Amino acid sequence: MVKLKSLGELESLRKSIIGKRDPKKAVITICNGTGCQAHGCKAVTAAFHEEVKKQNLAGKVEIKSIGCPGFCERGTLVVIKPRDIFYQRVRDKDVPEIIAETIGKGNVVNRLLFTDRKTDEKVTYEHEVPFYKRQMRLIIGNNGLIDPTSIDDYLAIGGYAALAKALKMTPEAIIEEIQISCLRGRGGGGFPTANKWESTRKAHGDTKYVIANADEGDPGAFMDRALVEGNPHSVLEGMIIGAYAIGSNHGYVYIRNEYPMAVRHVRAAIEQAEEYGILGENILGSGFDFAIRVSRGGGAFVCGESTALMASLEGKVGEPRAKYVHTSEQGLWGQPTNLNNVETWANVPLIINNGADWYRKIGTENSKGTKIFSLVGNITNTGLVEVPMGITLREIIYDIGGGIPNGRKFKAVQTGGPSGGVIPESLLDLPVDFDELDKVGSMMGSGGMIVMDDKTCMVNIANYFVTFLEGESCGKCVPCREGLQQMKHILTRITEGQGKKGDIELLEELSETLVDAALCALGRTAPNPVLSTIKYFRDEYEAHIKDKKCPAGVCNLEAVKVK
Amino acid sequence: MVNLTVNGRKITAEEGTTILHAARDNNIYIPTLCENEAVAPYGACRLCMVEIKTARGRERLVTSCIYQVEEGLTVKTDTERIQKIRKMLLELLLARCPDSEVIQEMAEKVGVTKTRFVKQKGNNKCILCANCARTCEEVVGVAAISLARRGVDREMTTPFNEDFSEVCIGCGSCAYSCPTGAITMEDRRGTRVIKWPHNRMEFKLKKCSVCGQYWAPEKQIEYIAKTSGTPLSDYDACPDCRE
Repeated sequence: MVKLKSLGELESLRKSIIGKRDPKKAVITICNGTGCQAHGCKAVTAAFHEEVKKQNLAGKVEIKSIGCPGFCERGTLVVIKPRDIFYQRVRDKDVPEIIAETIGKGNVVNRLLFTDRKTDEKVTYEHEVPFYKRQMRLIIGNNGLIDPTSIDDYLAIGGYAALAKALKMTPEAIIEEIQISCLRGRGGGGFPTANKWESTRKAHGDTKYVIANADEGDPGAFMDRALVEGNPHSVLEGMIIGAYAIGSNHGYVYIRNEYPMAVRHVRAAIEQAEEYGILGENILGSGFDFAIRVSRGGGAFVCGESTALMASLEGKVGEPRAKYVHTSEQGLWGQPTNLNNVETWANVPLIINNGADWYRKIGTENSKGTKIFSLVGNITNTGLVEVPMGITLREIIYDIGGGIPNGRKFKAVQTGGPSGGVIPESLLDLPVDFDELDKVGSMMGSGGMIVMDDKTCMVNIANYFVTFLEGESCGKCVPCREGLQQMKHILTRITEGQGKKGDIELLEELSETLVDAALCALGRTAPNPVLSTIKYFRDEYEAHIKDKKCPAGVCNLEAVKVK
Repeated sequence: MVNLTVNGRKITAEEGTTILHAARDNNIYIPTLCENEAVAPYGACRLCMVEIKTARGRERLVTSCIYQVEEGLTVKTDTERIQKIRKMLLELLLARCPDSEVIQEMAEKVGVTKTRFVKQKGNNKCILCANCARTCEEVVGVAAISLARRGVDREMTTPFNEDFSEVCIGCGSCAYSCPTGAITMEDRRGTRVIKWPHNRMEFKLKKCSVCGQYWAPEKQIEYIAKTSGTPLSDYDACPDCRE
């Protein structure tokens, strides 16, 4: 690899990469995301390589392992480009037929196509699959186009063009562009990104840091994982632009060690960017220096909280501290620090490339752009969906998600991870954005969306989330440590038929104290699952307590009596 | 100097002072368990929470042991909302430490005499405020004890949960800084015994070469001599008998 010394050299390199590629050549893309690995994509990929050799087609076709494109339910996913033929649930035994028929003769293998349940018709092309059609895949869509371990692939789709553009702008102009775009933090808080950048830029300090928070830990959430695994350069590009705007020369990607592929891919991406001179000293001849290091988390959920994350990065116990002095002034090692979630960083190149005015057109008044959700639980199409802000829950669950499987009825959807709230059927037409979700007692969070059918007991669900949070509470402050423990005792009692009059009120009282008095956001939002289930499903609590019955038929209320 | 109002009273405080200290200097009571002037603010017990309104009109709840005074700040230390928080926190602590007299007294002060929550078993008085560990690390500079594990499993203990902390000098700062009496220290017949919630350690005390009184653990004297760079012989006599 040659070190690029100017923006012009970057463009020449891009041209030469694209020039060497034949747009008519068949490319077989195979999802190699973590979900598809569980479906056996490695065997499928190996079979493709073997079969291409066997049928003497090596020069005619390219095989590409891609990151997660989102439709996990139907993995292993194979798309034959440039025709865009979409095969789903592909197993290694299907490979010889695909090669012989589709690559060899140009025929479509009908039995591997997706069937639209509504019309009972086969869908041939990826862009026609209903699951994808209703989405707006500005960020996650690129996962399907590139091998995440190849920087050339990223450059071929226009990668690092936003960086080149940004390096010609002043830092102030970049921040203004982000300000106009109204980009808000995708990690959960929804804080205006430009304000954070601006205060870190203005803060006093010789050394400033930028951090990408990839410590995703919500049960059932995997959008950040898919982004870092499937398109690590988009996160790095956002970080470099941000660092340039803020005036920082040091960056960190703080990532869960439980995401081994993401760790591998981001490390490889950093190395490749360094080799091209896109990271390191005098980036693309601009005079700007920026280095990124990877720090692996030790498995604590609370380390997704910014101050706990920074403590962990410093090698200390990952516990939060009060944020009366913002991390933008005193963060990592006491220096001004700007931390954003990986999805936020991935939005930055998009805004710089297309302009803030274009970006502002997507979404609602106060929530712009798209959001990636992981759609899981009792849903027909499990997977990652990227939708414009303002889409309704009903559209996500029924039009994209395909509704509730096994002929069951929808009961509720939990948004925002364990600290989010449940939303009942009556609110399904709610537009999904930061403020609307807050209003109904849930939150955007990082984008988890767990769908529940009528066989789900809401008291049991509240207990599940409280138990999760109790286990992940760092234990530093009294309300979180002691409060969650007692909440779990009460909820467990109710599900075992030992509920008492006054339990609901006591849960509400306890919740109020956590909301008011806990040290960090983990504790302050922890009562959401309890409060929202009481708000929308109080009758279920009462049935457990008064009638000793679980309406959903989940809890064994006789268990204790028998003992 | 910074001007602020606490419970309707106008007071002044030096810049950088916490609300809690400013209130305390003006004889305004704010309860706390984990605050300790000798160490950095921590904010674990949450009993010192107060309601504030900034000069710009922003209202919020803050921990007064961390939040610093600001010009034009209005502070209320005893509103209904604050009382509610304190009552609930003490009710939770009563369940955690049913045997701690300090907690019982504090709870009684706010009108809480019993707890609706499941009580922990065993004679546990530790509220996990980390005063002991923070003092040991920040003031003594030793870090012989610390908090281990996370959340409900959190406990104050010695390294590897052994009965013996190699670096402990027996100074007793942990017992001194403990707000609830969970750590005790006793000197008897030339031996100091420090009892932590899960472990205990004994230390040989040094006899004064002049008056014959036991005056400090030998390990502590060795530590002081080493860190101050003075000869050990300087410490043969106790401070009272030294010339």
